[in-house]
Amino acid sequence: MKLSVDGLLVYFPYEYIYPEQYAYMIDLKKTLDAKGHCLLEMPSGTGKTATLLSLTVAYMLEYPDSIRKIIYCSRTVPEIEKVIAELKNLMNYYEIHAPTHAPLTGLVLSSRKNMCVHPDVSKEREGKSVDGKCYGLTASYVRDKHELDAEVPVCQYYEGFSIEGKEMKIPDGIYSLDDMKEFGRTRNWCPYFTARYAIVYAQIVVYSYHYLLDPKIAEVVSKEMNKESVIIFDEAHNIDNVCIDSMSVKINKRVIERSTAALNELQSTVKSMRDADINKLNEEYQRMVQGLKEARLRADTDMVLANPVLPKDILKEVVPGNIRTADHFISFLRRLIEYIKTRLRIQHVVQESPAGFLKDISQKICIERKPLRFCAERLASLLRTLEITEMNDYGALILITHFATLVSTYTKGFTIIIEPFDDKTPTVANPILHFRCLDSSIAMNPIFSRFQSVVITSGTLSPMSMYPKILDFDPVVMSSFTMTLARPCLLPMIVAKGNDQVAISSKFETREDTAVIRNYGQLLVEIAKTVPDGIVCFFTSYLYLESVVAAWYDQGIVDTLLRYKLLFIETQDNAETSYALMNYVKACDCGRGAVLLAVARGKVSEGVDFDHHYGRAVLMFGIPYVYTQSRILKARLEYLRDSFQIRENDFLTFDAMRHAAQCVGRALRGKTDYGIMIFADKRFSRADKRSRLPKWIQEHLVDNHCNLSTEEAIQMSRRWLRRMAQPFTREDQLGVSLLTLDQLEKIERDKQAEKKKNAARIEGNGTEELN
Amino acid sequence: MTTSSEDVLLQMGEVRYKKGDGTLYVMNERIAWMVEHRDTVTVAHKFADIKMQKISPEGKPKIQLQVVLHDGNSSTFHFVNRNGLQAQLADRDKVKELLQQLLPNFRRKVDKDLEEKNRIFTENPALLQLYKDLVITQVLNSEEFWSTHAKEYKQKNTVKKQDIGVSGAFLADIKPQTDGCNGLKYNLTADIIHCIFKTYPAVKRKHQDNVPNKMTEQEFWTKFFQSHYFHRDRITAGTKDMFAECGKIDDQNMKNAVQTGPQNSLLNIKDFEDVPLEEGFCSVNGDKVVPNSGNIVHQNMIKRFNQHSIMVLNTCTESKPTPDTLQAAKQQALANKELDDSGKSPPKKRKIVDKIFYEDLGEPHVDLNEPLRVMNGKEVCNDKLNLTKVERYLHGPMNNTNMDTYEDLKDLEEVQFTIHADTESWSQRTSHKALVSVTAAVNALGELSPGGALMRGFQDQSLDQLVPPDFEKELKNLYLALSGLLKQFWECFPPTKPELEAKAARMHEALKRFKMAKLQPFEDRALTELSPLGSSLTLHLNHLLQRASTKFATWQERKNRHHR
Repeated sequence: MKLSVDGLLVYFPYEYIYPEQYAYMIDLKKTLDAKGHCLLEMPSGTGKTATLLSLTVAYMLEYPDSIRKIIYCSRTVPEIEKVIAELKNLMNYYEIHAPTHAPLTGLVLSSRKNMCVHPDVSKEREGKSVDGKCYGLTASYVRDKHELDAEVPVCQYYEGFSIEGKEMKIPDGIYSLDDMKEFGRTRNWCPYFTARYAIVYAQIVVYSYHYLLDPKIAEVVSKEMNKESVIIFDEAHNIDNVCIDSMSVKINKRVIERSTAALNELQSTVKSMRDADINKLNEEYQRMVQGLKEARLRADTDMVLANPVLPKDILKEVVPGNIRTADHFISFLRRLIEYIKTRLRIQHVVQESPAGFLKDISQKICIERKPLRFCAERLASLLRTLEITEMNDYGALILITHFATLVSTYTKGFTIIIEPFDDKTPTVANPILHFRCLDSSIAMNPIFSRFQSVVITSGTLSPMSMYPKILDFDPVVMSSFTMTLARPCLLPMIVAKGNDQVAISSKFETREDTAVIRNYGQLLVEIAKTVPDGIVCFFTSYLYLESVVAAWYDQGIVDTLLRYKLLFIETQDNAETSYALMNYVKACDCGRGAVLLAVARGKVSEGVDFDHHYGRAVLMFGIPYVYTQSRILKARLEYLRDSFQIRENDFLTFDAMRHAAQCVGRALRGKTDYGIMIFADKRFSRADKRSRLPKWIQEHLVDNHCNLSTEEAIQMSRRWLRRMAQPFTREDQLGVSLLTLDQLEKIERDKQAEKKKNAARIEGNGTEELN
Repeated sequence: MTTSSEDVLLQMGEVRYKKGDGTLYVMNERIAWMVEHRDTVTVAHKFADIKMQKISPEGKPKIQLQVVLHDGNSSTFHFVNRNGLQAQLADRDKVKELLQQLLPNFRRKVDKDLEEKNRIFTENPALLQLYKDLVITQVLNSEEFWSTHAKEYKQKNTVKKQDIGVSGAFLADIKPQTDGCNGLKYNLTADIIHCIFKTYPAVKRKHQDNVPNKMTEQEFWTKFFQSHYFHRDRITAGTKDMFAECGKIDDQNMKNAVQTGPQNSLLNIKDFEDVPLEEGFCSVNGDKVVPNSGNIVHQNMIKRFNQHSIMVLNTCTESKPTPDTLQAAKQQALANKELDDSGKSPPKKRKIVDKIFYEDLGEPHVDLNEPLRVMNGKEVCNDKLNLTKVERYLHGPMNNTNMDTYEDLKDLEEVQFTIHADTESWSQRTSHKALVSVTAAVNALGELSPGGALMRGFQDQSLDQLVPPDFEKELKNLYLALSGLLKQFWECFPPTKPELEAKAARMHEALKRFKMAKLQPFEDRALTELSPLGSSLTLHLNHLLQRASTKFATWQERKNRHHR
C-alpha cells in the first residue's frame, strides 16, 4: 500500500499494515527529520525490518540530499539474509507501483568465508583459513610476483575484478549473498572484493555489526562511508557487549607460545631477506623516517586487520627511532613477550589499570609508551615488507601488538586482569591476561558523532533508559511499542511454586535443592503433556543445565518426559547443537513434538527463531544472571557505577531481564503465531523484575498470572490453548490489529480532528484568560 | 498296530507320557510310544502330520520334548532316565537330532499351501463364498480362482505387517522388577525388542551375529541390560562389554552426521557469526575456548539423550515419508526444475522468504521472474481445487438413460441427439445459483415422491419387506461372484495380447457357465416363490451379463472381420 507518513509518501510492500508499524514509521521519520539518533523497541514478529526499510528507503528517495545511504547492521548471517530478502520484496513493490523511481543498489557484505567462489579456497570450513588462503593469492606482492613468473598462483576471480571491476559499477539492484556469488561467477569477479568496493557507492548496505563497530575491521572496510547515512542497528539489545568485545584482548599461554614461534620465524625471514635483498628493508626504513603514511599506497587486499584503536586516537607522528629497523623492532617485541610471560607467572589474581601496567613495563624492561603505541602499525608494515603470505601463523603476534597499542593508547575505561587459573578448576594452572574494555561508549562514540542518524532497535530493549547511559548518547526519540492483538496470542505466566507449594527459584541457595529441581521437572512434564508440538526451555547457565538434567535422570523425570516428547539438549559444541536443533525441527515438523533444553545467552537463544509449531511454549527456568563472581564483570560494574552512576544491582537485573525477554521472545514471530511464556522463578514476580520486561510482554502479564503453582499454570494453558486453536482469519484482525489503507487514513483524520479541536479549545481558553 | 515292515530307528526307554512310563520308538515314517510291558501303541504320529518339535528350555528341571501336529494337537514326552539329568538330556538330544533329520523329508509341500489357503478363507469369509460359488459349481477351476480372484489376498499375506512406531520412552518402559532374590527381571515383549532393533541398528547387528551361535537369546538380553549402553549415566565399561562397540558405531555415525551439518542454514549455529577474527580478540569466536565444567558424566549423558532422540526420530523418517518429507520432495522437484547452480540454495531462499512472510499482512512481492516466488511455500501449497469441468462439479453427472445399449449403432445416434439437446439447454444455465425456479423444484419433488408422475410403478412396500432374508443373502452372493467374474472379464479389454484374448474367451465361457449354474436356478426359484417380483430381482444381473456378452460378441465379430 502507499501511505502517507507525516507527509512522506511511503511504499509499504503489503496490502495491510499493523498499527504499531505505522506508529514506528512516524517516530522513525521524526528522528530522520531531526537528523538525530533514536532508540525504538518493537515486539519481534511485527515486521520491524519491513517497516524500517520501507520508511528509510522512501525517505532517501524523497530527500536524496539529506540521506544518501542506509547502512543496516544485523547480528547473524541468517538475519542479514532475511533483511536482504525484505529489501528485495520492497524493491519489487517499487518496481510494480513506482517504476520511475531512482535506481538503487543494495547489497550485502559478509566475510570471505561466506562470499568466496574460488574453487579451492571456498572449500575451507574455518573463516580464518579462508582469509589466510585468500590473502596468499591476492596480496599485492604475490600478484607482482605473478607478473614476473606465471607459475605463482593467483585467484582468477580477483584478477578479473582488478582488471575491470574497479572502473565499473555493478548493475543496480539488490544482491543477496547468493546473488553476489552468482554475479561474481558470471563476471569472473571476486564477489567479496566487488562487494567491498561496491559498498562505497551502494545506497543500501547490509552487513554485520563488526564491520562498523570494530575499529580493526571498520578502518579497512567502512572507512569511506558517507556522513549523510542512516545507521540501523537491528537486534541491538546486546550492542554494548559487541562494543566491548571489539576493543578487548585476551592473552593466554597458547598465544604467548605461538607468538614466540611467529617471532622466531619473523627473525629468520628478516635475516634471509637481508642476505637477498637489503634494499627492501632499507626502503622501509626510509619510509618510516619520512613518516609516510602507507595507507594511500597500499592495495586494499594487503590489509587483513587495521589498527585496533579508533581512528581519532591514532598518532599522526613518525614511528619512533627505536623500532624503525626490523631488527630493533623484533628485539623490542621479544622483550615485550618475555615481559608478558613473566606477568603471567603469578599465583594470585592481579588487577591493574593500563597506567599501572605502563609504569611497570617501563620500570622493568624500559619500554616507553610511545613505541608501544606504534606496535600494531609497525608489525603490519614489516609483514608487508617481508611479503609474508601465511597470515594465519602470525595471528598470535598480531594480537600481542594490538594489545600493546591498545594498552598504551587508552588509559581510561579499560582494565587489566591477570588470573592464574580458571575459577572452576583452581588446580589447573591456566593463566590468562584479560585486557578488557569496560566502557561500551568508546567504540560507539565515533559512530554517533560520525553519522547523521543512528537507529537502535530490537524486540527487547527494556528498560530503555539504560541504553542511552551505557552507550553515552542522546536519543531524539525513545519509544517502546506494544503489540496490538485481536486475540491474546501470548500467555506470559510466572510460576512461583510447584504442586507441593515449594517455592521454585534458581537463586544460589536453593538451586541444588532436589525439591526445586523436581518441581522444575514436573512443570516441564506437565507442560509437555499439555502443549502440542515444540517446547523450548532455557536454563540460566550451561552448568546448571547439566546438573539439572543429571538430577532429572536420577529422579526418572527424563523417562516420563520421553513418553510425551523427544528430548534435545544444547551442548557446548556448536556442530553438535546444530545437529540436535535440526532434529528438533524435524521432530516438530513430523508432528511428533519435542523438547529443547537450551541456555540463555547461548547460541540458540540468540540466533534461532522458534516460530509457530517450533515453539508453542517457552520456559525460562530461573533468572539468567551473569556469573557475578567474574572479576571482569565486577570491574565493569565498578566502572559503570563510578562513571555513569548505574548501581550494580540495576545493571545486573537489566542484563538478566533483557536475556530472559530475549529467550521468551523467540517463541513469538507474528500475530498469527501464539505461544506460552513461562517464567519459572519466584523472583520474577517482584516489581523490579516484572517492570523490566518489555512492555509488550508486561501488558499481558496480569496480576493473577504472577504467583501460580504448576497446576494452576497448566489449567490456564489448557484453557488458553483451546482458545488459540480456533481458526483465526484476517477478518478477525482487521481494524484491530491490522489495518487497510482506508482504516489507517480514517484513524489519521480522526486524530487530526481531535488535535484541532484541542488546539481550538486551548486557544479559546487563552483568549478567555486574556479577556 | 505296528507293522513289522517298519524299521525301528531308535528305541528310547524311560520316557513318560501322560504320567505313564514307557518307551519311545522312532521309526521310518512315524514316532510311537508304548506303555511299558504292553504291546499296543498308545501314541503314534506320522512324521507327515508333525509340524514341529519343541524342547524344554535349558535349566528347567523337566527334560521334555513336544511334537506339535498340523491340526494343533501336541504330545509331550518326558525323559526320565534314572541316571540323572545328564543322561536325560542325552536321551532327549538323541531323539531330537534324529527327528530333526527325518522330519524335513516328510514335510508336505502342499500342506503348507493348503494351510495357507485355509487361513485366507477363515480370514475372508466373502472369498470363501466366492470360492463356493465359482469353483464348487465348476464355473472356474481352482487354479484359475487362486491365480485371479485371490491374488491380492495371497500377496497381502507376504507383505509384512504394519510397522509399529517407536515411543521415545520405550527404554524407560522396560521396568525392572525384583525377582525376590536380589536379582532383577526385565520383561521384554516382541514390540520392545522390535523398538530396540529399529532404534539401534548396531544392537540388531550384534544380535544377528551372536544369538543363534554364541549365546542364547536370554544371555544376549541379560548382557544388554547390564551394559553401559543401556545405562546412560555410566561412562565406559571396559573393553569386555560387547556393547562398547555398538556405542562406538553410534558415536561414529553421529559424528559423521554432525560433520555434514544441517542443510538448513538458518539452523547452522556454526555459521551464524560473521567475524573474521582470530581467537583472543574476545570476539564471539575467541570465547569458544570452552570452559569445561569437568563433569564428563553429565556431558556424556546429555550427548546420549540427544543421540537417543535423534535415533528414535530416524526410525520414523527412514521407513515412511513423513508429511514433511512429502513436502520436501515437492520442493525438491521444484528446486531441480528451477535452479541448479548450488543445489541447496533454492530451499534456503525459500526458507528465508518463509521467515519474512507475514500471512496476515498479505503476499510479499518477491521477485516475479526469480525462483524465489515460486518457491514461496504458501503459493506452492495452496492447491486450489483444480477443475477441468466446473459444470460437472456443480451439477453432478448428466443423466444418461441409454447407458446400457449404446453400443448399437442406432442407439449411438440417439445418444448424439440427446447430447445435442442437452448442449442446447446449457446456454440457459448462466447463473449457478438460480438453477431451477422454486416452484419447479417443488413440482419435481412432488413428481418424485410416491404417487407422483415419475413414481407410478412404485409399490409402497420396500424391497426388504418383500424379499426374504435367505433370498437376499443369496442375491448378495450372486452379485459378489458375478462382479468378481466380470472384473476379470473386463480387465481383458482391450485385448492387446494373445494371452488376453485367450483369457477373455475363457472368462466368457465362465460367465456362461455361471449363468447356467447359478443364475438360472436362482431365477427359477425366485419366479416360483416370489411371484410379484419375479425376474425383476435379477434384472440387473442379467443386464450385466448381457452387456458382457454383447461386448464379447462385438469383439468376436470384429476380430473375424479382420481375419477375413
